[in-house]
Amino acid sequence: MTGVSADPDLARQVLGTMWRIRRFEEAVDELFARGLMHGTMHLSIGQEAVPTATCLALRPTDSITSTHRGHGHCIAKGAALDRMMAELLAKRTGYCRGRGGSMHIADVATGNLGANGIVAGGVPIAAGAGLAARLRGTDQVTVSFFGDGAVNEGAWHEGVNLAAIWSLPVVFVCENNQYGMSMPSTKASRTTLAERASGYGIPSTTVDGNDVQQVYDAVTDAVARARSGDGPSFVEAVTYRWKGHSKSDKNLYRTRDEIEQWRERDPITLFEAAASEMGALAAADIDQCREQARQAVRSAVQAAMAAPDADPAELADAVYAK
Amino acid sequence: MRSDLTYAEAVREALAEALAADERVFLLGEDIGVYGGAFGVTGDLVHRFGPERVRDTPIAELGIVGAAVGAALAGMRPVVEIQFSDFTAQAMDQIVNQAAKIHFMLGGEASVPLVLRAPTGSGTGAAAQHSQSLEAWFAHVPGLKVVMPTTPADAKGLLLAAIDDPNPVIVLEHKLLYRTNGPVPAGAGRVPLGTAAVRRRGADLTIVATGVMVSRALDAADQLAAAGVAATVIDPRTLTPLDADPILASVIETGRLLLVQEAPRTCGYVAELAALVAESRAFGYLRAPIRRLCGLDAPIPYAPQLETACVPQVPEIVTAGGELVKEW
Repeated sequence: MTGVSADPDLARQVLGTMWRIRRFEEAVDELFARGLMHGTMHLSIGQEAVPTATCLALRPTDSITSTHRGHGHCIAKGAALDRMMAELLAKRTGYCRGRGGSMHIADVATGNLGANGIVAGGVPIAAGAGLAARLRGTDQVTVSFFGDGAVNEGAWHEGVNLAAIWSLPVVFVCENNQYGMSMPSTKASRTTLAERASGYGIPSTTVDGNDVQQVYDAVTDAVARARSGDGPSFVEAVTYRWKGHSKSDKNLYRTRDEIEQWRERDPITLFEAAASEMGALAAADIDQCREQARQAVRSAVQAAMAAPDADPAELADAVYAK
Repeated sequence: MRSDLTYAEAVREALAEALAADERVFLLGEDIGVYGGAFGVTGDLVHRFGPERVRDTPIAELGIVGAAVGAALAGMRPVVEIQFSDFTAQAMDQIVNQAAKIHFMLGGEASVPLVLRAPTGSGTGAAAQHSQSLEAWFAHVPGLKVVMPTTPADAKGLLLAAIDDPNPVIVLEHKLLYRTNGPVPAGAGRVPLGTAAVRRRGADLTIVATGVMVSRALDAADQLAAAGVAATVIDPRTLTPLDADPILASVIETGRLLLVQEAPRTCGYVAELAALVAESRAFGYLRAPIRRLCGLDAPIPYAPQLETACVPQVPEIVTAGGELVKEW
């Protein structure tokens, strides 16, 4: 298995993606706090290793379904920061022309079949994308991202079962950030999440979701399995969101200590340390990745701010495809 | 035209022609393979097109519709059979929150060319969870198109048009119509979505009926004609998009409107038609209040005499139509 933190090119790519996700969401958080962005959004700060490592294991022609905490998935799959930011700022140039916002960003061109405001809503959709690949005879793989909360939804069970019985090329990636809103996953289920998947007869594995290498290795195995026709797998990546569920969260259900302990396991810091230790990245390279991400996000904000607002005149014609 | 087909055979012929014509089309549903479909609609299609394209599923409506949404997003043209339209309740998230909204939510970047066929309505003694008429649920959701074919020719032609359409289309097939016969055009006789059919013309009264009520309205119109009352009977065929012009034009001519549906009255589809006429230029031509004949606001019961009492029958349509003309 490739050592991501030992390969200078891969390491630079991974760190660049993680920093773009982090800086994008920090910018969003700030714009929101300043009253320049409206609506709601769900930040994935602290979880950057999972989408980054997962999408690194995919080809551009592979697809993903995403969640309401989907900025990281979208960026890692290759979406343009300026169009994402434009969407969040309710601009006409946004990915959804201002109709979707944070929870519904999709970029079909890069294989992102859509974020989803419904927990587990994307799981059967991923099975269907896998079915389409099967019927068309392509070797495309679909990754379904979801959180620990999704595993208790009926849609999750039906989608996973369909993929299992038809051996579809789907990888189910659970970002277990340990809370479904305020409900701890340990209180929401008598089994482990991996046991749930095992019950459907598919391989499952649990990895440290803050360790890029572990996620990458597990997803790479699962993708190879899917691509070769051996069917779906389940990868549980245990991670943590530093911020609240959404903008209204007072964090009454978890302690400051717990959050602090996880901040000390920052996936970006961990990866920077690993890549330095392996000699793949020097301090200057790391600074450069960080700076480039900052610049990219800054210019995305500037471009989005300058773009025209979403146009109500286009609404009447937007409901049905022609 | 050529020899008669049953409504069920007409649906099967449409499915077969679509499967043969387009590699992207495939069928998905419970017991649609070797079993041939709970109402026999898919018949032998699995032997002609194989189990990959005529795909049996577990009993999992949410998963089935979700998989169809994903396949449609990935470029396929899935045609889902939900065994009874009542079971769409199990799949409502994927129908309403996913399929109907994706084109809009994604700013037009993607569409969901999905067809969902579902047997609908009462009359088979199947009781409250297998007999509902839920068309108003779907007609209320922007992004869905809702089709209710009433003749074999329309069952085929509207289904082919639905499969061509780039949007999610719900096709509600009435169980009591599956065994009815009628002429069906040979070849691909598509019936465009959003075109109503005027089934009969008369100057005294406009009857608009949906689903199986179209044939009851036609029977009633025959009886009314014998009593000297000439009725126009209009079948909208698609509820969304609606072809309102023939309805408005007829009301302007007759000045009297009787609306007939099997579904419960409250917030039913024909309430929308009544409002539409009330808001239109046709309103000023009305000589009588608009009248609705609808199913009771009750679940459908099992006992035959109770079930019959729950939904409009021919004599009630005759009475209502006669009253509208004679009293106004």
